[in-house]
Amino acid sequence: MKNLFKLIYRYHVVFLFLVLETLSLSMVVTYNNYQQATFFDSSNFLSGTIFEKFSAYLQVFEIKQVNLKMAEENGVLRSALHEMLLKSNRGKYNSVDSIYLPRIAKDSSLKAAYRFSTARVINNSVNQQHNFITLNKGRHDGIKPDMGVIANGQVVGLVTNVSENFSTVISLLNSKWKISAKIKRNDYFGSLSWDGKDYRRVQLNEMPYHVPVQNGDTVVTTGYSSSFPEGLIIGTISDFSIGSGSNFYKIEVMLAADFKHLVIVGLVENKQMNEIKQLESLNK
Amino acid sequence: MGINTFKYLLIFVVSVLLQVLIFNNLLIERIIAPFIYILFIVLLPFDTPRSLLLFLALTLGVTVDLFTNTPGVHTSASILIGFVRPGIMGILTTRETLDSITAPRVKNMGFQWFATYVTFLVVIHHLFLFFIEAFTFDDFLITLLRVVLSSVLSIVLIVLSQFLIFRN
Repeated sequence: MKNLFKLIYRYHVVFLFLVLETLSLSMVVTYNNYQQATFFDSSNFLSGTIFEKFSAYLQVFEIKQVNLKMAEENGVLRSALHEMLLKSNRGKYNSVDSIYLPRIAKDSSLKAAYRFSTARVINNSVNQQHNFITLNKGRHDGIKPDMGVIANGQVVGLVTNVSENFSTVISLLNSKWKISAKIKRNDYFGSLSWDGKDYRRVQLNEMPYHVPVQNGDTVVTTGYSSSFPEGLIIGTISDFSIGSGSNFYKIEVMLAADFKHLVIVGLVENKQMNEIKQLESLNK
Repeated sequence: MGINTFKYLLIFVVSVLLQVLIFNNLLIERIIAPFIYILFIVLLPFDTPRSLLLFLALTLGVTVDLFTNTPGVHTSASILIGFVRPGIMGILTTRETLDSITAPRVKNMGFQWFATYVTFLVVIHHLFLFFIEAFTFDDFLITLLRVVLSSVLSIVLIVLSQFLIFRN
């Protein structure tokens, strides 16, 4: 026994190293699933506050670009609203006026299942294998896990952790996250993930051979995940090939969103998420 | 002691902030990403007790992990170089030098010594880090390329920091 203690004392640094290294590596393995990453997370007070302060300085340089993008998006939204008003009022009214808006909202078929809000990106990366984004809004502002994150109507990520004032988002550029996606032209769907190589390209998998695929085809969300509405743009097909010994295409998708310049993002909340999840859990 | 502790605390904070606020956003040619926060471990005095070195490396790794949402990744890589640092210094230097000089700096040890020392630590750190991060040996060559190119940039930045900041 005495000898054992002597041995431990003599090699205490090696033992200490082995213990600490085992602990930290087991953490890597345990948290390898993004959904469990709850403790180590930049939504904590320290990192959140530092990121927020720093990004406030940086924002000054990007404000012009942000304004331009916003104006552009406003234009698109305005014309979409105009179109919708025209459609819903067809035959009833000749003119389009905001007075009729409440009337439309009451119509149950037009009742939106999704609620949109915005947040500012205070930290973002594209250079890791598992990229995350930190936002300056948290539980206090009604942000919940599993809310979808978009920029200019294009998919960016999914909220994973929420603290009182901040939240973290798993980026589409994170090899641990998969999302279902379909080709807009023919509605065939597959699973979209990132191989960690190029921050501008993601891969669309599980697309069988018989599906007609073309370069330039638009890839959009399916709406199956209930975090995103159907039809949000993800990107366009830039390259595809037939994998050797496989029954599926290898499809490269050029991302529509510019992940290197995310400043303001939109958050999508599915108001029927709980109901859908409850229903789906009955089948498990 | 007081002034020294404060100095190294400052080095710790500056290394972490430089990493998480600036260099984490840097990506060159889509594969080069430098990790310079180990500057803190590089600069610690020669006579830092080995077990203290491990705990400081642990603290450093955990702090960086907190900012990058990567539980354990930077911690394990950081602890590894905390563990191998005394061995590397043993290889590069004689016992007498280590006793007469307090801390590894360019002005104490010379440019060539310092660059070699940094190269050892950075390459071990990056090799471990990038493979742990990728968590696979698929695309082995691409990961290796990321290690090599990122290491070069990290080494240049860390050595350069000796001439710009942290001269002492």
